[in-house]
Amino acid sequence: MRRLRAFLLALAAPALLAQAEPRLVPDVSDRNVEIHYSFSGAELLLFGAIIYPDGRLPEAGTDVAVVLKGPLEPIVVREKQKVAGIWMNVGRVRFRSAPSFYAVASSRPLAQLIDERTAAIYELGLESLQLSPGGGARAEVLRRFEHGLLDLRLRNQLYAEYPRGVEISEGVLYRARILIPARVPVGTYTAETFLIRDGRVIAGAAREIRIEKLGFEGFVAEAAERWAFAYGVTAVAVSLLLGWGASAAFRRRYG
Amino acid sequence: MDIYLPIAGLSVNVLVIVGLGGLVGLLTGMVGVGGGFLTTPILIFYGIPPAVAVASATTQITGTSISGVLAHRRRRGVDVQMGAVIIAGGIAGSIVGGFIFRLLQQSGQIDTVISILYVLLLGSIGLMMAKESATALDMIRPSARKAERPARRHNPLIAALPMRWRFYRSGLYISPLAPLGLGFISGLLTVLLGIGGGFIMVPAMIYLLGMSAQVVVGTSLLQILFVTAATTLVHATTTRSVDIVLAVLLLLGSVVGAQYGAWLAQKMKPELLRMILAIVVLGVAFRMALQLGWRPEEIYTVQML
Repeated sequence: MRRLRAFLLALAAPALLAQAEPRLVPDVSDRNVEIHYSFSGAELLLFGAIIYPDGRLPEAGTDVAVVLKGPLEPIVVREKQKVAGIWMNVGRVRFRSAPSFYAVASSRPLAQLIDERTAAIYELGLESLQLSPGGGARAEVLRRFEHGLLDLRLRNQLYAEYPRGVEISEGVLYRARILIPARVPVGTYTAETFLIRDGRVIAGAAREIRIEKLGFEGFVAEAAERWAFAYGVTAVAVSLLLGWGASAAFRRRYG
Repeated sequence: MDIYLPIAGLSVNVLVIVGLGGLVGLLTGMVGVGGGFLTTPILIFYGIPPAVAVASATTQITGTSISGVLAHRRRRGVDVQMGAVIIAGGIAGSIVGGFIFRLLQQSGQIDTVISILYVLLLGSIGLMMAKESATALDMIRPSARKAERPARRHNPLIAALPMRWRFYRSGLYISPLAPLGLGFISGLLTVLLGIGGGFIMVPAMIYLLGMSAQVVVGTSLLQILFVTAATTLVHATTTRSVDIVLAVLLLLGSVVGAQYGAWLAQKMKPELLRMILAIVVLGVAFRMALQLGWRPEEIYTVQML
C-alpha cells in the first residue's frame, strides 16, 4: 500500500508542483516483447524526453533512473547445506512479493543520487526491493536468504543494475538499454522513469510493456497449463506415432 | 542450432539433445533396455530441471517401446493377461507416485531424492551386470556357492500368497497379487525416476515370478508402454512438467539410434555389450554420487508458489 501511494505521488508530482518542475515523456522501443523458439534474449531501449517549463534551459545536476520491473510473485528460497555428506535443501524462507524481473539503469550510480530512505520509497536499486518476507526468521537469516536470492538472479540476468546505463544528451533526451534474457517470465512489466535532482525525485512516469510467449512455444506452454489432460494425451499420441512410424519406415528399408 | 523448450524454460542445442537420444537409442537397440535410466541423469547434467527431465524421458520411452511391443506381438511373445495385471498395478503406482512427487517438490527434496535413488539403483545394477558379464567373458571365476545352489522355480514368499490364477502364456499358476505389487513398484519408479523399469522388471519376472523366458521381454515392454503413457498423463496433470518439444527431439534421435543399435548388436558379442552397458551405468551412478557430495554451484534455489 505504502509503495503504491509513493508511486502515485511520484506520478502526480509534476501536476502538483505545476509549472515549477520539469516533466518526463517516456517511451520504449517495443511495447510487446515476444519470446520465440530461438529467443536468446532481447535488448529493450527505454528512451524519452525531459520537458522543462517555459522552455527554460536545463540545469546541470539532473539525473535520470529507469526501472523495468516484472510481475510480482510469491516465492520460496531454499538454502542447501551439507547433511551427512550430502548437499540438500535445509532452510527455507518465503517472500510474498519478489519481482520476477528487475533492472535499474541510472545516469550515475544510485548511491550518489539518493539516500537510502528515498531509495526504499521508490524501490530504486536491488538493495531497496520490498520482498515482504514471511515472518518467523531472524533478521540476519533473512538478510542471508535475500542476499542469496539477489545473487542468484543477478547471475541469471533476471536482476540487473546498470549504474551508468542512462545516457542524457543535451540535458533533455535520455536513453537506456536493458537486456532481457531468454528465461524471463511472461506478463505485464512496468517501465518507470524517475527524474532526480539534489537527492529528491522531482518527476516520474510509467509505461507498461507486455512480454508474451507467442508462436508455437507460447501455444505449447499455454496448452500445458490450461488443458493439462489433453496436452498429456497429445504427448503420448505424438510419441507413439513417432515410434511406430520410425520402426515401420526402417522395416521397409531393411526388410 | 538452438531451440527453446517451452516447459523447461530454456534454450538448448538441438544437436546435443537429438544426439543424446541417438546414443541412448543405440544402447536400446544393442542391449534391449529402455534407456530412461541414462536419459534422465544426462538431461539433468545438461541443466534441464530434474522434474522436466523425468517427465519428458517418460514420454520418450512410450515412443521407443511401441515398436518393440509390435515386434514381440508378431512373435507371440506377449502375455496379455499377465501384462494387464502388472499394468493395473503400475497405473496405481504411478498415481500414488504422482502424489509423492508433488509432496517432495513442495518440500524441496525432490532433486535429492531423485539423485539418491539413482545412485542406489544404478550402482547396484551396474555392479551386478559388471560381475555377470565379467564371468561370462572369463575375466573372473564364478563363485562356487552360486553354481551349486539348486534352481528353484517359485519363490516361497510368492507361492504363499492367496488367490491363485492361471497364466497360460507365462506357464504360471500364481496369485495375481505378486505381479500387481511388482507393477506398483515399477509404476512408482517410473514417476519418480523417469525410467521404464525394464531392467528391474525383466529380472524380477524371471527370478521372482518364474515366468517363461520367451514372454518376459515382450510382456515387460507392454507394461512399459502402458505405464509410461499413464505416467505422462500423471505428470501432465499434477507436476505439469512434460516438455513435448524435448520428448520429440529425444525420440527423433532414439528411434533412429535403436535401429542401428539392433544392427550393431548382431556384430558384437552379447557379453561384451553387457560389459559396455555395465560400465556406462556405473559411470552415471558415480557422476550422480559426486554431484550429491560436491558443493553445488548454487546454494540457493528459488521455487515459484
